[in-house]
Amino acid sequence: MEKQEVKLLGSSISPFVRRIEWALKLKGIEYEYSEENLQNKSDLFLESNPVYKKVPVLIHGGKPICESLVILEYIDEIWPQNRLLPEDPYEKAIVRFWANYAEDKLMQGIRNVLMSEGEEQAKGVKQVTAALHIIDAEMKSITKFFGGETIGYLDIVLGLTVLWLEVVDEVSSESKMFDLQSFPSYSKWMEAVKDLPLIKDNLPAKDILYREEQITLTVVPSIDNTKVE
Amino acid sequence: MAASDVKLLSTRGSPFVIRPRIALNLKNIDYEFLEQPFGTKSELLLKSNPVYKKIPIMIHNDKPICESLIIVQYIDEAFTSGPSILPSDPYDRSVVRFWGSYIDDKWFSSLLATLKPKTEEEKKTAIEGVSTGIELLEEAFEKISKGKDFFGGDTVGYIDIALGANLALVKVVEKLNGVELLDETKTPNLYAWSEKFCSDPAVKDLIPETDKLLELLKR
Repeated sequence: MEKQEVKLLGSSISPFVRRIEWALKLKGIEYEYSEENLQNKSDLFLESNPVYKKVPVLIHGGKPICESLVILEYIDEIWPQNRLLPEDPYEKAIVRFWANYAEDKLMQGIRNVLMSEGEEQAKGVKQVTAALHIIDAEMKSITKFFGGETIGYLDIVLGLTVLWLEVVDEVSSESKMFDLQSFPSYSKWMEAVKDLPLIKDNLPAKDILYREEQITLTVVPSIDNTKVE
Repeated sequence: MAASDVKLLSTRGSPFVIRPRIALNLKNIDYEFLEQPFGTKSELLLKSNPVYKKIPIMIHNDKPICESLIIVQYIDEAFTSGPSILPSDPYDRSVVRFWGSYIDDKWFSSLLATLKPKTEEEKKTAIEGVSTGIELLEEAFEKISKGKDFFGGDTVGYIDIALGANLALVKVVEKLNGVELLDETKTPNLYAWSEKFCSDPAVKDLIPETDKLLELLKR
């Protein structure tokens, strides 16, 4: 197949763009990175993602692909080396299920916690805690990563929680919002992920995240992390 | 063609259950339809979907698959009979997945918000959201169908299933609010499409009547 240009429209403040970079680097794909100004969106950007006007956007051979989970599956289908998703349809369905769950309950959940306060925040923390318990239980059976010895689709999708939880840790001044010791399998996985140069060297700077996401810095009352909804 | 052991857990009126049913019909797969009585969750349901405790759940050879669009993709990948539900080209596949996720993540929340609005203002915004989505899909239809009857081309495909399963709900919203969302002049493509979709052999009998759905929703 003739080599076609790969371009990634991203932003240094977007955690979701990092997922695509991890996937492309894992597969050894050369790409051109274009830093988009989200306050002043380029024509290319607006043409490529007219529906959401968000990053990341992958442009392959001039054709745009949007939404990070959709892009990840596309990348895996075009460049099959270092497979991200399992080949078996059932295994794939399981991985897709957990990716959706992570996006919905964990990613969105943690962001809601960071951007709310008082009762709203306390409710959010409870929900995320419940989700972490569920994911922790799922992780008991994995040895190192969801993808086996190397990271796969689910590791990439969940990988962002590593960053968010660190931010939460720093933001909650008094006591820990999420006592990660209550989630041993998840913590172990997190350490393994954080250790990978691929991930370590490709995370957005936290101070940028604070500013851009307008994360509220509030004092959080202690939460009983052992209760599960 | 009777295939291996396939069960589908569902409840009446759920647009999400319609999706795997259409997919199984397209593939000519026989299945056992296990309807959960309204307001109950059987042991099988709780065991098969402990995370969300929701339907639809497809059980294939005793292995559960959850989330309607994930089930539809699974059906397309696991069964080789019948037409393909997703396109074979990876780029085209990314396009249909994009719209599937748009329909479920963005558009559906507007649809739902029209049914349970907290204020009149919220309802108005929600209806606009539904309408905007339909306009976007009208435009997408032209590009994706390439002049054929369905988003999937000659046969019902992934976007048809994702969107079409909500047609009865759209009609409910139209009726409750006196608005026309699918309109012969404003959205001619989707208007024509909806008739063809509802009369397709894999789909007909699955879309509930507007009044019946309205009754169910009131409960």
